[in-house]
Amino acid sequence: MSAAPAPKAADGSAAYIGRFKVWRGDADGGELKDFEVEVNEGEVVLDIIHRLQATQAHDLAVRWNCKAGKCGSCSAEINGQPRLMCMTRMSVFAPDETVTVTPMRAFPVVRDLVTDVSFNYTKAREIPSFVPPPGVGLGEYRMRQEDVGRSQEFRKCIECFLCQNTCHVVRDHEENKAAFAGPRFLMRIAELDMHPLDAAEEAGLDRKSAAQDEHGLGYCNITKCCTEVCPENIKITDNALIPLKERAVDRKYDPLVWLGNRIRRR
Amino acid sequence: MATTETPGPARPAEPSGGVHAPGRAAIAARHLRTDRWWLAPAVTATVLTVFVVYSTWRAFANADYYAAPYISPYYSPCIATDCVNMRGGADLQIFGPWWGLSPALLVLIFPLGFRLTCYYYRKAYYRGFWAAPPACAVAEPHGKYTGETRFPLILQNVHRYFFYFALVFAVILTYDAALGFRDAAGHWGHMGLGTVVLLVNVALIWVYTLSCHSCRHIIGGRLKNFSKHPVRYRMWGWVGRLTAHHMALAWGSLVMVAVADLYVYLVASGAFADPTFF
Ligand code: SF4
Ligand code: SF4
Ligand code: FES
Ligand code: FES
Repeated sequence: MSAAPAPKAADGSAAYIGRFKVWRGDADGGELKDFEVEVNEGEVVLDIIHRLQATQAHDLAVRWNCKAGKCGSCSAEINGQPRLMCMTRMSVFAPDETVTVTPMRAFPVVRDLVTDVSFNYTKAREIPSFVPPPGVGLGEYRMRQEDVGRSQEFRKCIECFLCQNTCHVVRDHEENKAAFAGPRFLMRIAELDMHPLDAAEEAGLDRKSAAQDEHGLGYCNITKCCTEVCPENIKITDNALIPLKERAVDRKYDPLVWLGNRIRRR
Repeated sequence: MATTETPGPARPAEPSGGVHAPGRAAIAARHLRTDRWWLAPAVTATVLTVFVVYSTWRAFANADYYAAPYISPYYSPCIATDCVNMRGGADLQIFGPWWGLSPALLVLIFPLGFRLTCYYYRKAYYRGFWAAPPACAVAEPHGKYTGETRFPLILQNVHRYFFYFALVFAVILTYDAALGFRDAAGHWGHMGLGTVVLLVNVALIWVYTLSCHSCRHIIGGRLKNFSKHPVRYRMWGWVGRLTAHHMALAWGSLVMVAVADLYVYLVASGAFADPTFF
């Protein structure tokens, strides 16, 4: 909070000169740099970053594409909150508030606001893909709406990786990255396990146990930060992670199921 | 994983830092949030602490838990011989006189286990007491984290069994609430403020219990093809609507169960006379 009122823009419109702190640097180090940038009515944080780039910091690195909250490129942290820069309106901040913009803090930084998100692509590759049902040709898939409704919510994901970035399992513990797929990809397992035509089980692949044994579902302690930051408002914890935990319980911790399996194996 | 180490039991990776790990943007602050992120965990921890202290006192008190016709939810069912005599109540005398402690201790482990392993309360106390994490994007103070992958927290997976017990308790408390329509002498056709308190309590216990995530799974969530189970699909939809409010229901029923006990305590100890409607 600062005492001095924000300077007014020259033409007396609703525009004002806003104070910003933007992280500049690379993997070898960096710092928060102060800037004063014009803010106009209706603008979002990404507009300010673009104006900053155009007028004061020409080499500022920033990743973006759609400016419509649909490509998932412009993920960053604004006043410490993981958000999309293009979907964060300047009107949520007071004109005299200093707005801090940093890159995502769970991933290695490339430069300025750009991070290396390849962790997520590695994790995506570790999830076994959809197993086509035997005897059903392409173009012959028929599914009923009530069977796919649940997983349609997960298909809204724009892969911004804000959830992956916020999840304390890896954000606060680099060493867990090898063992933990993260909310976005555990949600992918849930989606496939709920898919009415996925034939993984027939092919000998148990997604429920694998979620726990190979993709680190047990690391999640359902504290819901992934859900809090998802710009698509996907109820990741309630609709994907908890149901997946319950499915793993069916397989691994249900004594009746366990007993049945022991007997069948005899 | 490729490793050159000698083979042996899988060892957890060594802690190698969080937001200050090498390669990440060099920002000294643990977090840069400017809102009051500490408020929610602080309120959670405070209310839970008050509840635990109050409940511990009441559970060990072994007194003032029955004010005919009302029984405190902390002491129902009462399954020891030293329970006060409750006319027609859930008073079962399974444990003989050798049980010298409060009868509440015999039954409270079930609702306690249900709430301790509840998916919502887990979030509440992991954040409020354990600071793992204290709030989103606020670095936690722990060097190492294994979550629910190992003992003891892996036991959280038993939640659904506590859910089954919780259903039994909900039925018993419903019975207790129904008995609230009899007067102190055991004649039907009475209603007092205590009846209303017990009714509201049991209603909240029911919606909280039915909104349980394990319930949602058992009712229908575990199915792959909803179209083959239209009835369970509809019920899954209803339970899901309750589950969306699980947090509010968890708090509501937590507060109400303590209020119901306090009400019985006040009437039983003579501090307050139960207003009678008819
Ligand atoms: S709910 Fe689980 S996956 Fe989501 S942020 Fe929390 S710990 Fe991570
Ligand atoms: S689940 Fe939400 S937060 Fe996570 S990557 Fe997808 S859109 Fe982003
Ligand atoms: S630029 Fe595409 S989501 Fe922000
Ligand atoms: S009671 Fe909260 S999830 Fe089961």
